[in-house]
Amino acid sequence: MSATGKLHEPALAKRHRIGQLFQWLCCGSTWFGIVVLVLLLASVTWKATTWPTADADAVDRAAAMKTNATSGEAVTSARPLSTRFLTSYDSRVPQKAGIRAALWGSLWLLVFVGLTTVPIGVGAAVYLEEYSNEGRWKRIIQVNLSNLAGVPSIVYGILGLTVFVRMFGLFGHDGKVLDLNLGFTVLAVPLPFERSVISGALTLSLLVLPTVIVAAQEALRAVPSSIRTASYALGATQWQTIRHQVLPSAMPGIMTGVILSLSRAMGETAPLIMIGALTYLARCPGRIDSLSAAWEHPAGLLEAPFDVFTSLPIQIFNWVSRAQPEYDHLAAAGIIVLLVVLMCMNTAAILIRNRFQRRTQW
Amino acid sequence: MTLMQSFSELMHQRKQRETVKRSLPVETEVTKLDIRNLNFFYGDKQALFDVSMTVAERSVTAFIGPSGCGKSTFLRTLNRMNDIIEGTNHNGQVLLEGQDIYARDVDVVALRKRVGMVFQKSTPFPKSIFENVAYGPRVAGQNNYKALVEIVEQSLKRAALWDEAKDRMNDSALALSGGQQQRLCIARALATNPDILLMDEPASALDPASTARIEDLIFELKQNYTIVIVTHNMQQAARISDRTAFFFQGYLIEVDATQRLFTTPTKKQTEDYITGRFG
Amino acid sequence: MSVAQVTSPSLIKSPSSLARRFSWTRAREQVIRGVLFLCGALTLLTTAGIIIVLFTEAIYSFGGTAFFQSVSITDFLFDTVWAPQHPDHPRFGILPLLCGTFVIAGLGGIIGLPIGLASAIYLSEYAKPKMRRIVKPLLEILAGIPTVVYGYFALVFVTPYLLRPIFQTWLGFNVDIFNALSAGIVVGVMIIPTVCSLSEDALRAVPRGLREAGYALGSTKFDVSLKVVVPAGLSGILASFLLAMARAIGETMAVTIAAGQQPRLTLNPFRGMETMTAYIVNISLGDTEAGSMEYKSLYAVALSLFVITLSMNVLAQWVLKRFREVYE
Repeated sequence: MSATGKLHEPALAKRHRIGQLFQWLCCGSTWFGIVVLVLLLASVTWKATTWPTADADAVDRAAAMKTNATSGEAVTSARPLSTRFLTSYDSRVPQKAGIRAALWGSLWLLVFVGLTTVPIGVGAAVYLEEYSNEGRWKRIIQVNLSNLAGVPSIVYGILGLTVFVRMFGLFGHDGKVLDLNLGFTVLAVPLPFERSVISGALTLSLLVLPTVIVAAQEALRAVPSSIRTASYALGATQWQTIRHQVLPSAMPGIMTGVILSLSRAMGETAPLIMIGALTYLARCPGRIDSLSAAWEHPAGLLEAPFDVFTSLPIQIFNWVSRAQPEYDHLAAAGIIVLLVVLMCMNTAAILIRNRFQRRTQW
Repeated sequence: MTLMQSFSELMHQRKQRETVKRSLPVETEVTKLDIRNLNFFYGDKQALFDVSMTVAERSVTAFIGPSGCGKSTFLRTLNRMNDIIEGTNHNGQVLLEGQDIYARDVDVVALRKRVGMVFQKSTPFPKSIFENVAYGPRVAGQNNYKALVEIVEQSLKRAALWDEAKDRMNDSALALSGGQQQRLCIARALATNPDILLMDEPASALDPASTARIEDLIFELKQNYTIVIVTHNMQQAARISDRTAFFFQGYLIEVDATQRLFTTPTKKQTEDYITGRFG
Repeated sequence: MSVAQVTSPSLIKSPSSLARRFSWTRAREQVIRGVLFLCGALTLLTTAGIIIVLFTEAIYSFGGTAFFQSVSITDFLFDTVWAPQHPDHPRFGILPLLCGTFVIAGLGGIIGLPIGLASAIYLSEYAKPKMRRIVKPLLEILAGIPTVVYGYFALVFVTPYLLRPIFQTWLGFNVDIFNALSAGIVVGVMIIPTVCSLSEDALRAVPRGLREAGYALGSTKFDVSLKVVVPAGLSGILASFLLAMARAIGETMAVTIAAGQQPRLTLNPFRGMETMTAYIVNISLGDTEAGSMEYKSLYAVALSLFVITLSMNVLAQWVLKRFREVYE
């Protein structure tokens, strides 16, 4: 230290060097995650576009090819990820396996999770934000919501297993079938739901409901209160105000939250394994494997919710746990498909957010 | 507190004397709103102290006073807009044609259909011009499109917006200029066919030209509606109102015919305020 | 108080009453309010459902036998062997599962917490807005990747191409195909976005005046960041750590795939281990008969998991609440 008021000190220089080091450390940490992301995507892509090359495997593969050639069945593809992969079912022969059943299963899950979480989640959020007073009741629900968001997904799986798949064993060992007369046809509802699409969808719905509610609450809070006041001043009732003014204004935010939650549900594996979705399955729910099939056998649409199913992450886990190295590559191909689907959903969510952010300015 | 109470009592006695001394300006006047001993609280904080006054039918009554004096709060008690805010409380009566609007069995929605309101900041809904004006009748159950078109046209004409808006009924209301938006809000309030129109500083965010148009409009509307307007602009109150009430720190200090209040105020605070000594 | 008596208003037109009458509109309002309330109450029902299911299967069953009605809690907590499948003497000591869970979550924490915090400091104190716009969405992508993908990455990339070359070929350890370290690494990566975004919120909530005061005292940016901002946002950071660790403990697919299915009481990160979550998955994969002890042990393990994660979440919220009281 010098008393002459010099602006340069050796000690200070050292402190600056430490600071510089710290900054690099923080910057490096930030990029660490991103580097891992890139590595992950690269290794998955690499696996998805090649078959294993070890000698023993090559022999196996040649054998597999040969059986195909003689039986004249579906052509095997040069790499795991191909159009054939999208349109074929799981198979004991890796080169013939695909994710058709998983895609349709995921689609059904998506539809039913959406159908249950959107009304219930938005309804709960509207109740909390628009109706309930700031009191103990609201606080309890709010605390409960944040606790639910922290419950491990596998615990939801156990809940789903007990409540939806087995229904506490209330219906005996063999279960019952409830025939619902819809007028034009009879809907056969098995009780309990067993390992069906509906069990899976309801379990996932309970899982993502807290996130949907919180997102919808934020969207509702962002609607300026002047809109509500103006509507009340015109003699609108509370529900009319919500229905005509608040919900339309909050809709983009709600949709963004819903889509992000749905994409989380799409990637969930553990709860579905818990309810028993992990089986070898070479057919789609309700035997609907294409749009034309749905058109030709509309009855399948009613059967599908109560049919067994598999989903994209389940199929991936299934392949990961098989011994043959080819299945690792199939799993990679499945991961690529899953990530593309999730990316599309997230992009849609972001587009909705940006588009409406620009349009509505108060 | 006791000081406050004695002050409030003092105010009262003086006012009672006033009412005896000065009779109402026009004998044929009909009382539309009659407010009696209204106290109003935000939680523990009292915002209005024992306010009593009447509002005559088909007239313009202006509330003036420095900001935070309770004039807006008072305005919002007249159609129970404060109900939306949690933790508010009141006692006293607000009689609309003899009915206490705070009585237990009053339907707030029915009340607000009869007592329309226009806010300081124009609040068009993010919808088309037509939908904005048609909203009130629609929520009241009017679904006949022809009738709605009729109502929208009438309301826009009364709010002097028809000529500017008739060719762009389906445009977003947010595309209108500030002054037009405010007139749209007035049209929207008129569409529910109220008797009374409450205006909370309706021109404070507008340029002078738009303000002049709103003032002209208020003058026109007086023929058919009872108008209560809050303004921070004394000149505006002097220009458009028949009666003026001066609020200060939650008390109604003085209410009188506008002419008289501005020329010969009876209270020291009123005089100080209108001569610009504070506020 | 004197009451001002105003002459009663003369009425010319007969007043239309403001009184409430029965109307379908009002009835509908009430019904809608009720339905929306039920939606909100459903979340409470979910919690109740979880607690009831775990309680009746694990602690006390009405009519049947719950897990803890045949296995004593002392055995469950202190026995060092977890062998539910043993035909003659099944043993239910949860310690090996707890060990697996905490070793992997601990490894994840060692990697994820400091990196997440450093990223948060970088994003809140150093990064330019443009940088933030690039980095934040990338971290969101990292957060959005399904856990099964992380498990796959650990098994087919981290272990064979990273751990084995370094620790086995080079340093001479014996690295199992299924090992705790690979699982710990991906769990660490997985919690980076959680720690980063929550801690960043906490750091950004630190008032600017505090930073300026720091600079005015002649501090470098490093001093301000580490000695002013981080301590001021400490409770938020702590909460983010707790939430991230709760997530690491509840993490299922990645650890099931990468760490294997051997309940083992060891601290060697190169061996395979079984976590509580992985055990639950394995039971549901196998053909365990409903009602058997093995099946019931699933609920006992799930209950332990639920209690651990719930207490960490509650603790995190408590810390956050304290934090809010300080700043608002």
